[in-house]
Amino acid sequence: MSTASSVLLQFLELITALIAAPLLTGWVNQCRAWLGNRSAPPLTQFYRQLAKLFEKEVVLAGNASSLFRAAPYIIFACMVLASTIVPTLSTDLPFGPAADAIALVGIFALARVFTALAGMDIGTAFGTLGARREMLIGFLAEPALLMVFFTTSLISQSTSLSTIVETLGQREFAIYPSLAFAGVAFTMVSLAENARIPVDNPTTHLELTMIHEAMILEYSGRHLALIEWAAALKLYAYSCLGLALFFPWGIPEGTGIFNLLVALPSLAFKLAIGGFLLAAIETVSAKLRIFRAPEFLGTAFILSVLAMLVHLLLEAPK
Amino acid sequence: MEFLLVLGIPLAGGIALAIFGHRTRAAEINSAFSLLTLVAAISLTLRIVEHGPQLLFDEQIFVDPLNVFLVALTAFVGFTTSLFSRPYMRIEHDHGRLSANRLRLYHSMFQLFTFTMLLALTTNNMGILWVAMEAATLTTVLLVSLYRTAASLEAAWKYFILCGVGIAQALFGTILLYFAAEKVLGHDVALLWTHLDAVKEQLEPTVLSLAFVFLLVGYGTKVGLVPLHNWLPDAHAEGPTPVSAVLSGLLLNVALYAVVRCKVLADGALHSNLAGLLMMGFGLLSVVVASFFLSRQRDIKRLFGYSSIEHMGIVTFAFGMGGPVASFAGLLHMTVHSLTKSAIFFAVGHAAQKCGSQMIEQIRGLIKQSPTIGWGLMLGTLAILGMPPFGVFASEFLILTTAMKQQPWATPILLISLGVAFAAIFGKVQPMVFGEPTAKRLPHKPAMLPVFLHLGLVLMLGLWIPPYLAEWYRQAAKLIG
Amino acid sequence: MSDNLHLAIPLYAQVINLLAAILLLLSFAMLAQRRILSLINLFMAQGMVLFASTAVVAAATDQHHLYWSALITLVLKVFLLPWILHRLIRRLNVKWDVETLINIPTTMMIGLVLVIFSFNLALPISELAGTITRSTLGIAMAAVMLAFLMMITRSKAVPQVIGFLAMENGLFFAATSATYGMPMVVELGIALDVLVGMVILGVFFFQIREQFDSLDIRHMEKLKDD
Repeated sequence: MSTASSVLLQFLELITALIAAPLLTGWVNQCRAWLGNRSAPPLTQFYRQLAKLFEKEVVLAGNASSLFRAAPYIIFACMVLASTIVPTLSTDLPFGPAADAIALVGIFALARVFTALAGMDIGTAFGTLGARREMLIGFLAEPALLMVFFTTSLISQSTSLSTIVETLGQREFAIYPSLAFAGVAFTMVSLAENARIPVDNPTTHLELTMIHEAMILEYSGRHLALIEWAAALKLYAYSCLGLALFFPWGIPEGTGIFNLLVALPSLAFKLAIGGFLLAAIETVSAKLRIFRAPEFLGTAFILSVLAMLVHLLLEAPK
Repeated sequence: MEFLLVLGIPLAGGIALAIFGHRTRAAEINSAFSLLTLVAAISLTLRIVEHGPQLLFDEQIFVDPLNVFLVALTAFVGFTTSLFSRPYMRIEHDHGRLSANRLRLYHSMFQLFTFTMLLALTTNNMGILWVAMEAATLTTVLLVSLYRTAASLEAAWKYFILCGVGIAQALFGTILLYFAAEKVLGHDVALLWTHLDAVKEQLEPTVLSLAFVFLLVGYGTKVGLVPLHNWLPDAHAEGPTPVSAVLSGLLLNVALYAVVRCKVLADGALHSNLAGLLMMGFGLLSVVVASFFLSRQRDIKRLFGYSSIEHMGIVTFAFGMGGPVASFAGLLHMTVHSLTKSAIFFAVGHAAQKCGSQMIEQIRGLIKQSPTIGWGLMLGTLAILGMPPFGVFASEFLILTTAMKQQPWATPILLISLGVAFAAIFGKVQPMVFGEPTAKRLPHKPAMLPVFLHLGLVLMLGLWIPPYLAEWYRQAAKLIG
Repeated sequence: MSDNLHLAIPLYAQVINLLAAILLLLSFAMLAQRRILSLINLFMAQGMVLFASTAVVAAATDQHHLYWSALITLVLKVFLLPWILHRLIRRLNVKWDVETLINIPTTMMIGLVLVIFSFNLALPISELAGTITRSTLGIAMAAVMLAFLMMITRSKAVPQVIGFLAMENGLFFAATSATYGMPMVVELGIALDVLVGMVILGVFFFQIREQFDSLDIRHMEKLKDD
């Protein structure tokens, strides 16, 4: 398993994630601008922003604790770890056996807890408000996410992401209604988790309904850069996860250089399509009132449970 | 030939009366159609008695002693009800409660309702049975809402929704039945009862038990079994009285007949007494609940509606026990209950018209104003309460003694409930008949012939069951098992 | 592996399974729906699913009478009944008011429990069935239960009736997909009954509104035993 080439591949995957994540966010923003008939910012806009933020000085509130200062690094580390677990370029990863789908949910949860804690650390009204809302969303989204994973795990008889992707990628053509349900549920959860419309709006500040932006208002300089980068990585990780679970074709098992030549373009292609679809969803839907968000996530949960039930009834081997 | 007439006459009547049911002579035409149906039914009965069970029309129709007896009863009560409804509806018309167009609807629906019941009774196809039951629901919904008052609309809505839901369960049961039978019988004949009956031992027990539960709940809703009985008192109270009479006297019987047909199949397939136990449970629950609700009623038609629930419970219990004696008693009780209850509703209808209200407190002293109505109501009440020498006494006695032998635990429950029912009904009817009069004259002569005809028959059945009738019951009871 | 087993299921059965899943989804969507117009559209979509599944079963099993059932379904449930319902709500002017007696998330949760219940109930039967699409029986049962739940939790007359019709849809699905169709006479009878019932109800709505000035069933609670 852990040959030198697969370690190399793992490293490559990490690098890809770090580079591609801001690109993906930039691409989504570009698509949104096009769809909204605005002139789009360049694809590299996000890199420039990061570079600018890294240069700037960090301004800390007087009562900021060490937790406030440590949080950006922890969050960033969580997201980097998450994006290395998700199989993007190959299913033969050294990190694969280390963490399965359920651990992945745990990693996301850890990042969420630190974001919320940091949001409350300074003691501003907005930070606390955002943290509370974030925990509400998380509390509702996690069960749905877990149910989606359970459904895919039931199909492939394993909770290891690599095995799931291998099984799903190699199957013959067959209609899986359960996967369709799970896919829709996963999309809904991803929208909520990544602070996209219709649950949150990633582009506005200082709006009473904001969630994610409210928590990070107090950050500046390299801290803010890390958090923004982590957010981009989260979007990337979720997108790759969705692609790996529901469109696993094109992720090779081996580690050869030829496989990589297939994997990289197919990943880029799928991400481009996915990003465009995300932008399209955000353009056509309106932001929900915050109290409707539980209903939105409740629907996602119901769908994911239905997916599992449908799998058990219709597809389980008799 | 007779058979075609039995179904054809009411259908033709329904269509004909839809066209000219608003004329002055419509009530007589209605009675004439019912009389013709009765004649056809009697000749069909004679033929069955003579030649035994018959399969007709590509096996779609099946007439055996069990259903031909109900056909005859249905046609008979249908005819007497049409006799009663002639003056009754005329009085309602004169009181301004019904327009000529409503009368047309009433007459047409009355015939169509008879048609659907006869179809439900004679069909050999479990699917058609369902269709006919649903059609019977639809026609009676229109009949119950005939007055178009707020209360009658509410009753009809409740009736439609509850029975609609119930009958949907029955359809699911039918589908499950088909599902089980299709493997044994193939596509074409899988719903024909005679074929099902022949292979009932081979039907899959798990599916059949589930199917029976759905069928019992579904058709049981129409029988008025507790806890699905809510529609029944409302529909009885708010519809015109002839409709209450046929609902109680006939529709409940037909629904129960459907349950019994299903029970025969379930018994064969299950090799256990599950079906019987379920029916006994539902029956007993209905008897208990209905008899305790009786004392709380203020509306006379609701009172007797609850009494119908109670009696249907008794019959269901009897069929649930099974065995030749209990089934015999059940069939007898079905007959005498139909006759007595419709007679009571005839009397109650005229009494309510005389006093201008259905409320028990406002109906007083019938015997002084109108001795025939007073006596009719009193005798009918005594009969339904199981006083000897009326037929209800005979059948209830048979059921109780069988229960003592087969299900001793149930006897005290039945006895107490019957006692409670007796006290409640008698206590309410007695002042209505003997108290200080409040009644006024009616614009038309009331039709009391059907009342005394029915009560006479019930009395006869209590004293002496004609031998051919007894033989016929015995055959039918053997079919039920 | 489950895949190999899954392979054994022919394509048409997979399509029916997919349609069954969509039917279930639509039932849930109806349960969650707040607007009457969307409710009717969902009902229409259910009709489409039924039409498609019946047609697929007909093609797969080569039973000609099922083509007729499919056709009847198409005419009745996709065109005629939604059209009647649309006309009704336009004439009655009740486009927006669907009120629930229990709030929607709770209803959905109860719905989930019902689905699990009916799947369990159907499981022993599914194992006995000879037809390949046997598993759909559980879904049909779930659809019936969900429609029933919708009838219970809605306080207005029109959604109750749509719930009633949706229940009939579930039953029809059970009849065609799980058992490959009932005899034609029966299906015709059922279709006729549904249609006549709908027309009667249509007339009924106007009278109810005339009497109560509303289609809210809660006004109709006068008849009680006291």
